[in-house]
Amino acid sequence: MHDSHNAGDVQVPIGPQHPSLKEPESFLLTLRGEKITSVDVILGYNHRGIEKACEERTYVQDLYLIERICGICSHSHSTAFVQAVEEIAGLDIPKRAKYIRTLVAELERVHSHLLWLGVAGHEVGFDTLLMYTWRDREIVMDLLATLTGNRVNYGINTIGGVRRDVTPEQAEEALKAMEKLEESTNYFIELASKEITLIKRLSGVGVVSNEDAVKLGAVGPTGRASGIQRDVRRDDPYAAYGELDFDVIVDNHNDVYGRTLVRVKELKESFKMIRQILKNMPDGPIAVKAPRKIPAGEAVSRYEAPRGEDMHYVRANGTDKPDRVKVRPPTLANIQVVAHMLKDRYLADMPIVIAAIDPCFSCTDRMISINNLDTKKKETVIWNKIRLMGIEHYKKQGIDFTELNKKFFMV
Amino acid sequence: MGTQLFNILIFPGLCFLFVFGLAAEFIDRKIYARLQNRVGPPWYQPLADFVKLLAKENIIPEEADVGVFKLMPVLALAGSVSAFLYIPIWGTRALFSFEGDVIVVLYLLTIPTLTYFLGGWYSRSVYSMIGAVRSLTQLFAHEVPLFMCILASALLADTWSLSDMAVFYSAHKGFLAFNMLGFAIALMSLLGKLEKAPFDIPEAETEIVAGTFTEYSGRFFALFRMSHDIEMVVASALLAAVYLPFGLTLGPVMGFILFIVKTLFIVALISLAHASFARLRLDQMIDLCWKYFAPAAFLQVLINLVIKGFLAK
Repeated sequence: MHDSHNAGDVQVPIGPQHPSLKEPESFLLTLRGEKITSVDVILGYNHRGIEKACEERTYVQDLYLIERICGICSHSHSTAFVQAVEEIAGLDIPKRAKYIRTLVAELERVHSHLLWLGVAGHEVGFDTLLMYTWRDREIVMDLLATLTGNRVNYGINTIGGVRRDVTPEQAEEALKAMEKLEESTNYFIELASKEITLIKRLSGVGVVSNEDAVKLGAVGPTGRASGIQRDVRRDDPYAAYGELDFDVIVDNHNDVYGRTLVRVKELKESFKMIRQILKNMPDGPIAVKAPRKIPAGEAVSRYEAPRGEDMHYVRANGTDKPDRVKVRPPTLANIQVVAHMLKDRYLADMPIVIAAIDPCFSCTDRMISINNLDTKKKETVIWNKIRLMGIEHYKKQGIDFTELNKKFFMV
Repeated sequence: MGTQLFNILIFPGLCFLFVFGLAAEFIDRKIYARLQNRVGPPWYQPLADFVKLLAKENIIPEEADVGVFKLMPVLALAGSVSAFLYIPIWGTRALFSFEGDVIVVLYLLTIPTLTYFLGGWYSRSVYSMIGAVRSLTQLFAHEVPLFMCILASALLADTWSLSDMAVFYSAHKGFLAFNMLGFAIALMSLLGKLEKAPFDIPEAETEIVAGTFTEYSGRFFALFRMSHDIEMVVASALLAAVYLPFGLTLGPVMGFILFIVKTLFIVALISLAHASFARLRLDQMIDLCWKYFAPAAFLQVLINLVIKGFLAK
């Protein structure tokens, strides 16, 4: 999205090291006055080669590696992976294990959304909100530590179930914590709907219309704030979600304010779900024995992470190590939207617009290297090129989406 | 001569302002922290920061204009310290006063903002330059309402001297009630002048790192911080002198204690604003100042003119 560069244009590097970014990533902004005329997003500073590393390790080792893809939605990644492996192995996991997985998943969503709210406050210079939300986030972090033994990487999943049971005392404690959290969440909802400087900074910023959100493939709260009715928990229920009663929060503000509302309201839905889980948790074993070697096969697993749909693909070849593991984290789907949202906005909106998709760059960074068979050279390619290559590949096989895309998106 | 030198350098001049500035910074940080449910720093933290910065290495960017880069912190400090000499402290009389010193004080208090611009601009870093331009843009928005509010009070007192204003308002306390709109507007404009939330746009750390001060380090940064603290107490003292001239006849000791209390009260209001507002955007800030503050300040001038008309009768 390069415009012609005028003499008055200033290039401002935001990142790879910058106070507004929590992880290294580079946004090269071109400014005319305070207005952003173009954005270059440069990914790749967090590339760790996790997918490749997974192929070198056994499934059980991979579980812990996959959990460390992200420091916030660690349970999301490990559940998505373990679900795929269980599907290939044909394991039917006990109901109680499903409930415990869902419990940890929802607690994780609560801590992730509270964290996001604080970060959003900080990005618009409202540090009081950061201090308040992170103070209350400690309640859920402590609860997670009691339930799983860890604050961040819970290590509760195992192939075939979960590793720790929930005692009645812990359930009691969790219910008490929910009350406290619900009270503070109500306060945050009131704050978000009344504090005028906050509303001024959030509304009308980072607008993505419903059509654009569909076209650019926005997922999670980013998509739902643009009116996309999509939530894997409801559309393709996994774990215990099929038995829970909850609403999918959708908002039509299309801006950062809408995304804030969606997240705060989702918090309340999570409390509702956690109460149901604790009340209806069935008795029984928490895990079944899983084979060390997983039979050959492949599976795709979808999971609604706090940031949106997380997708894992696993291909097994009959040994104790996977043949291929592919992770499509939610940020990768949402990063395309950011560049769209930043154009023609003010520099001051940049931090909050980037933060509004709740980016997790270390989840996202992938590298694709291609061995060119003709020139015997290795090359790295950018996202758009790989997309075009995909389209060409399917065209050769006689599958052409051009007409379909025209029909849907009027490109 | 000796007394004057003592007054300028020790009390109530440079040394006193140095201590009071650090104390005000502590109060600001402590209140801000308590409002955010944090513990906050110990009382000596601002002094510790200052001493530590003095001991740190000075790094001057290669591209920067060395002369301007070094001069600006000193000039900022000089501007805010000199302004204090014309503000009444414990009595109705300031250390120095003459007909027209209101203008001089307002002028001297503008100097720090100008030095932020020049210091940032000649740092030649992209963040500093954006911060510098923002400082200057903001200056044109907040100065007008602030000047008009103080001017309105001066109009009513029929004098251009802060000391004479203090005399007038001590004698006619009832008139202070008419200035309260002006006090509110002046306080909000002051937030812009001191670059405090919701108008801390030139220092927005999530956008432009530290704005003007991005390239400053060591001694020069320490001086800039000090001048910022002193600017805060001097500007608070100015508002206290104009809008809260109570107890000026109680003698030096009580008067001095009252002065500290009044100034810190205004500092506390600034911290309260810091804790309860998000940072506005530059365009929103300018809109706010020109659409609401400036007309309100103009209204204050009109009110005072009308009252003055009645007084003349």
